[in-house]
Amino acid sequence: MQFLRRIFTREKISVDTSLETTEIETDTSEVSHYMPGLNVAYQTDVGQVREQNEDSLYALNVYLEANDETIPFGIFIVADGMGGYLKGEVASSTAVHTVADYLLSNIYMPILNENTQSAKQKPIREILEDAILMANTKIMETTPEAGTTLTVAMVMRDELHVAHVGDSRAYLYHDNDLEQLTVDHSLVARLVELGQVTPEEALVHPQRNVLYRAVGQTDDLDAEVYYRSFPANSYLLMCSDGLWGLVDDEEIAHILSSPPNLQSCVSNLITTANANGGDDNITVILVGMGELPM
Amino acid sequence: MSEETRRLKVKKPSIGDQVLPKGAILQERYEILRALGLGGMGYVYQARDLRFANIKRLCAIKEMISTSPDPKFRKVALHNFEREANTLASINHPSVVKIYDYFTEGKRIYLVMEYVEGKDLERMLDELPKGTFLEESRVLKWGIQLCDVLAFLHENETPIVYRDLKPPNVMLRDKGPDTVVLIDFGIAKAFQEGQKGTMMGTEGYSPPEQYRGIASPQGDIYALGATLHHLLTRRDPKLQPPFTFHEAPPRNFNPKITELTEQVIMRSVNYDKDKRFDSSLEMGIALQKALDKNTQPEWMNQMQQIYDTPIGEEKPATPEYQASPKPPEVPAPEISAPNINKGTGTIQPLWKFECEDDVRSSPRVRDGIVYIGSYDQWMYAIDAKSGSKVWKYEVGGGIAASPCLYKDKVIIGSEDNVVYAFKVEDGTPAWTCYTKGMVRSSVHVSEEFEVALFGSDDNHLYVIDVNTGRLRWKFHAGGMVRSTPCFSDQLIFVGSEDNHLHAVTIQGKSKWRFESSLGIVASPVVEGNLVLVGSKDGHFYALSKKAGNQVWRVKTNKPIYSSPRVHGKMVYFGGIDENLYAVEIQSGRVKWKFNAKSHIISTPLVFNDAIYFGTSSGEVISLVLKNGKERWRFQTDGPVPSSPDGYEDIIYIGSTDCHVYALPA
Ligand SMILES: Nc1ncnc2c1ncn2[C@@H]1O[C@H](COP(=O)(O)OP(=O)(O)O)[C@@H](O)[C@H]1O
Ligand SMILES: [Mg+2]
Repeated sequence: MQFLRRIFTREKISVDTSLETTEIETDTSEVSHYMPGLNVAYQTDVGQVREQNEDSLYALNVYLEANDETIPFGIFIVADGMGGYLKGEVASSTAVHTVADYLLSNIYMPILNENTQSAKQKPIREILEDAILMANTKIMETTPEAGTTLTVAMVMRDELHVAHVGDSRAYLYHDNDLEQLTVDHSLVARLVELGQVTPEEALVHPQRNVLYRAVGQTDDLDAEVYYRSFPANSYLLMCSDGLWGLVDDEEIAHILSSPPNLQSCVSNLITTANANGGDDNITVILVGMGELPM
Repeated sequence: MSEETRRLKVKKPSIGDQVLPKGAILQERYEILRALGLGGMGYVYQARDLRFANIKRLCAIKEMISTSPDPKFRKVALHNFEREANTLASINHPSVVKIYDYFTEGKRIYLVMEYVEGKDLERMLDELPKGTFLEESRVLKWGIQLCDVLAFLHENETPIVYRDLKPPNVMLRDKGPDTVVLIDFGIAKAFQEGQKGTMMGTEGYSPPEQYRGIASPQGDIYALGATLHHLLTRRDPKLQPPFTFHEAPPRNFNPKITELTEQVIMRSVNYDKDKRFDSSLEMGIALQKALDKNTQPEWMNQMQQIYDTPIGEEKPATPEYQASPKPPEVPAPEISAPNINKGTGTIQPLWKFECEDDVRSSPRVRDGIVYIGSYDQWMYAIDAKSGSKVWKYEVGGGIAASPCLYKDKVIIGSEDNVVYAFKVEDGTPAWTCYTKGMVRSSVHVSEEFEVALFGSDDNHLYVIDVNTGRLRWKFHAGGMVRSTPCFSDQLIFVGSEDNHLHAVTIQGKSKWRFESSLGIVASPVVEGNLVLVGSKDGHFYALSKKAGNQVWRVKTNKPIYSSPRVHGKMVYFGGIDENLYAVEIQSGRVKWKFNAKSHIISTPLVFNDAIYFGTSSGEVISLVLKNGKERWRFQTDGPVPSSPDGYEDIIYIGSTDCHVYALPA
């Protein structure tokens, strides 16, 4: 397909499911903040305490040529698996694969190559919901005792669509302001929101790890989908709780504010999480939006 | 918490290989027959007591295996187990499982109980065919029994808070009348009011304060309410955002439930513990009343309502236990006399202005003057305070479109194919623009480009100079254009009867188009990167501004003529399906909807934290913006397709009863 002009990243990076934890090699493509369109960096790390990495991630970043227009297009996914006996990592990587496949065949081809849109084509929100439901069914079939969080971002032109279940987060960083786009599906997030416990108490609350929604748990899963614009010179940050549980928003914003390039930002975030204890697997995807090619 | 239970609250830990085999004998007395269930810390078995050699005496044996490597965790678990044994031994109630014995064997601890022949309520739900519900009266009876046993526990000599009421902890006996039994006293606890304990319970059923360590009878009331909610609606609270019952009245999921039952449940799951029932006894009485209502034939309910209504009052009396903050909306009696308010609030028009024909046009108010057109072929300017005419001007056809105010002009189209611009102060014509079809679309002005945009029944979108009325260009839209165009980011968006929403560049070229299954008469609105519009095909669409692909849609099943109104993060629109919708723009989720019981063509107005719109049965309705609760309604004598405008605490709207009304907001 000739309109796949450039591919920045490898197609799939999910953690090795073998027992020996292999070093996840990090992306080395030269990306800076100032290139047009999307720029991506990512990394996943086992952390300081755990033996396995149960997180999975996916990043696809391409340009499409359609109707005299160059369209940046990207799919970014973070999944944090859970459930003992190595099943968590199977669940998270199943989720990531399933969603990516579904999105590529349902959005990428049909939607981007047309300038007459039809009501017969499903809205993006429903495609994202279906993709997550598909992952849900797969996991319930293959690893019923495991589950995973799932946070999916799809970028098309300057549009950002985020779908999520669980507590892996997506943030938008713009003008020195870090805005959390997703609302964790966790008991403590809700308790904090309602003022029953303080954010500080939440960090040590006995039920802090309880999610009320995760992929692979029940048939009727309700994903949350948000639409946002993705303005030039802003950044999308996606991460598992291994990052946000140990590095607070202020520190994250600080690291994002002074980078030589995206990849070193990502490394800094992971180093900081490890320095603060690294009690869980840490996964980070950082997507920068440059000025769009018109 | 142990590693296994981390996060997976819906799942049980796997201790798969540790199940005792059939035939195993404990204490040389109990022969294991089979596993009954898997609990939080081990299996529950069915066993036979061998001491009774001649009869088959069954018992249930609950096992706890302390495998956790964390000694603290082991200690807490053991402590809970002993507590359960002691608590159970001290209780004697038909709805509490009986305890027989308690012993340890190696690393395992056992509790021997009465074997309850039956099913737990979670299994009852699991076995229910899809799409069906448990019978309401049956669930109410269980609820009453549970209130009774909770009251017994709460009023015990040393009061006991159960703390973990949920369907799997309640069993239903197979034999005899429908009786329920509480099992699993693992975390039940003797309490002193306000005492802090360990935080335990089950997410979804446990009340918010329990997560701060507060256990009280009101906590059990909450859990019972959550349990009844689950039993009646089949909506599993474990899978919902915690503490969202206020958004989920049971009848949203199972409309057959009676209102009274819903009220009892909603009160018991109130977020604020002081607003729940004072005691389980009180809740039991309320459930009994709901049950009485439920089992009475309908005609008796109606009689009851008549008896309950004190003379001189229109509304049935509020039942005494109905002390929750918001009393339910009582449907108002049907009164069709003109100009009589018949809703929850009372309003009287400040003035009304009579025209000679229908007023379908929507008023625009500026600087104390109301501008509006009528089917009587006149364009009117009316004093907003007094309702007296300032000027009027006669055109050559009926006016269905709405005026557009731009600088010193008011611009409006007519069914005589012409668009007129008048001077606002005295109504002298400034310019006219002729088309080849009736103009029902209203005019939109781009100040930046100084152009006026509108559609005509001649199938074109017109772009004219707003100062002179001279044509810049027109765009062939393939069908009649009655939708009012909007302009954003150098693109013009307009709906057409050719089923498309067109995005046209400022040079008059098609940028993209979106095809719905039927015509688009409603007017699009741009918000951020989205174009929002309803279609006659029954969907409300959010399209990406740049390319026209669907981002989300809301299905309403009936055509949409009403144009959307954006306010903050929400968009509001009405439908022929009789609902007014409030939808979150970023997600496309319906936050609330209000059933107006007649078609809504009018575009809703958001004004001072309230919403206003007209209906085809001639009402003007006002709702609370936040939650869609009705504020008031005002009856006119004809359908109201007109959309209101607001100015200084007054709402202006036209009706097909030939009047323009000024109503207090
Ligand atoms: N006395 C009993 N008779 C029959 N079945 C029982 C009995 N006790 C428990 N069960 C079954 O075992 C399941 C788990 O028991 P429970 O006491 O709730 O364990 P846990 O404390 O681990 O939650 C129950 O849901 C029920 O189906
Ligand atoms: Mg139990």
